[in-house]
Amino acid sequence: MTTAGLAAVLLPAVVVVPIMAACLLLSLGRWLDRPTVDVIAVATAVAVSAADGVLLAASANQRLVAWLGGWTPHRGTGVGIVLVGDQVGIGAALVAGVLMSCALTFSWRYFEDIHTHFHALMMLFLAGMTGFALSGDVFNMFVFFELMGVAAYALTATKIEDPTAVHGALTFGVINSLGAYVSLMGIGMLYAATGQLNLAMLSQALTAHGQDPLAVIGFALTATGFLVKGAVAPFHFWLDDAHAVAPTPVCVLFSGIMVELGIYGVARLYWVGFSGTLEAGSIQRLFLVLGVGTAAVGGVMCLLQRHLKRLLAYSTIAHTGLFLVALGSLDPVATGGIVVYVLGHAAVKSTLFLSAGIILNRYGSVDEFSLRGKGRDARLVGAVFLLAGLALAGLPPFAVGLGKVVGEEGLVQSGIGWGPILFLVVSAVTGGAVLRAGARIFLGLGGGPGTEESEAMSGDKEMRELATGTTRLPAMMGVPLVGLLAAGAAVGLMPGIGSQAVFAAERFVDRGGYVAAVLGDSTGYASVSMRNAGWSTEGVVLCLASVAGALVVAGIGLYATALAQPVKTVVRPLRPVLHGLRGLHSGHIGDYAAWLLLGVGGVIALVIIPV
Amino acid sequence: MTLYPYLVAGAVLLLGIIGIARSRNLVHAVVCLAVAQSATYVLLLAVGYQRGATAPIFQSPTARAATMVDPVVQALTLTDIVVSATVTSMLLALAIQIAKRHASVDPDELRSLRG
Repeated sequence: MTTAGLAAVLLPAVVVVPIMAACLLLSLGRWLDRPTVDVIAVATAVAVSAADGVLLAASANQRLVAWLGGWTPHRGTGVGIVLVGDQVGIGAALVAGVLMSCALTFSWRYFEDIHTHFHALMMLFLAGMTGFALSGDVFNMFVFFELMGVAAYALTATKIEDPTAVHGALTFGVINSLGAYVSLMGIGMLYAATGQLNLAMLSQALTAHGQDPLAVIGFALTATGFLVKGAVAPFHFWLDDAHAVAPTPVCVLFSGIMVELGIYGVARLYWVGFSGTLEAGSIQRLFLVLGVGTAAVGGVMCLLQRHLKRLLAYSTIAHTGLFLVALGSLDPVATGGIVVYVLGHAAVKSTLFLSAGIILNRYGSVDEFSLRGKGRDARLVGAVFLLAGLALAGLPPFAVGLGKVVGEEGLVQSGIGWGPILFLVVSAVTGGAVLRAGARIFLGLGGGPGTEESEAMSGDKEMRELATGTTRLPAMMGVPLVGLLAAGAAVGLMPGIGSQAVFAAERFVDRGGYVAAVLGDSTGYASVSMRNAGWSTEGVVLCLASVAGALVVAGIGLYATALAQPVKTVVRPLRPVLHGLRGLHSGHIGDYAAWLLLGVGGVIALVIIPV
Repeated sequence: MTLYPYLVAGAVLLLGIIGIARSRNLVHAVVCLAVAQSATYVLLLAVGYQRGATAPIFQSPTARAATMVDPVVQALTLTDIVVSATVTSMLLALAIQIAKRHASVDPDELRSLRG
């Protein structure tokens, strides 16, 4: 079979097969017993991942293009729907497939009482994420965005008896749908300006017309919707609420890939659609301002948490900020760094969430203070959790560290000298918060809650997902836990992975190549020389510095109450600021909608006002 | 196309978001979300509209009208309505469950997810 023929079959299949599995499960679910349902769901996720793997291999030499139903464009125009796969897009789909396989395997023994609905929703969620990653036109990006959204809202409320779960799911649903409609307004404006929905034709029309204010506002609005999904401040408020209440296997997918897909959507829209016409300076300013703000808010809020899943959620927000900063350099090396970073982050953050799920089932709480010292008997989970905390801070050889090294190199090259400092501080703070929680729970270190901590949302009210606390770790839960952490290290150690990622990123940002492939002119990649990117001495030193910083942050967090007087006088003036920042995360749907409105205005202003 | 449809669509979207921001009842907030979405219908249909044009329906493949309104945006609007129905019903179901579990649908009284 030719590569083009393979693409024409497999590209639609990775979207359609999970939807068909969901329909099968929903229609036959009442006659199927639980193991059969589990087998069907896991087998589908594994099959989709395998197909993604085949496509990834095939996309090494050419862009894969599939026009659905054979509606190919005629003399440069057409109304057909196209799926396009390059290495970055298919890689994102592959990460979604692998994480879905792990989450479903983990759920096998994790939930005692769930129905077929859970599996069917997970399948629809996978279809939405895969479709979003492969979609070649802006309207289908919106449709898949909403498909993954609706599945995610329902999955957040899986524990329908839990009052916080339904509250979190509603907040998530309203804010994300609002974001989607802002996106759709933008898509309507893009269509009005160019008469095209297909990304490649849109890009071509924009280049022909020159810069049109309508198209620029259309870009700003469309990007805003994707930034809501990417949990970028001030659109991030839904994320910590949703992560705090969603079942742990679902959190793995939220933090591991769904949020990153939001950033991917913005990057795809900019690079393919607008990199030829939009002023680079204003887009750079947009990404850098939002990125730094997100990293700061996420980092500080992460330190203030005692609810374990909420703490991990804020760490995801902080890392999203870093992704956006690296993207803002508009440099292929930094973009390649994000690719590795996202792989490493997915592995490590998933491990941390699965550990939190095991802790919840065993001890009935995810509160750092209530669990102090209780985890001493859970040696394996404790060791995995602490190691993952170090990996999050950038410990070599994990892929998170490698992503940072390559990303920092790209940032410095493109003249953003403060980038590595931001990376170092955010890694130290988020890694430190995770290590602090881990040391308190598994090693029994540190004191009780101070005044600042007692204000935070407690993790005692989280509902268990099993009726009885289990003490033995079943293999179905242990294998994904250890496997994901090992995968994080394996990606970091893979020879040439940094250079390959930068190579893939060069192809991702190649606007002309994408347009030519979709319009059928040529599917081959433009030739770019392979650049050397990987572990470097300065990079490793910076990584070790952030690990050391994380240990210091953890130590201060553990023994803050026992610290000397001078330290307290330094901290005291900051208290109203921290109190205010915490107050902004009110869980109030009206506040979040107001922030969204403010954010939309901000994004439009940042894109329009000339630099 | 004039500026007028953009202003109407922008105003409806703004009203919907402000409605959610000031809402004292979650059912009201979900309906405000549907109001915000109807802004997208206005915009999409206005984008494809032409004065004096016919509906994009043909009796035979040869008889083509001189001008017709754009069928693509109408298809988009239909898809959009389906999405809206899914989201609204899903969120209303959650609002019912919140009323059962919290004994209130006033966002000001839901205090479980602070900080």
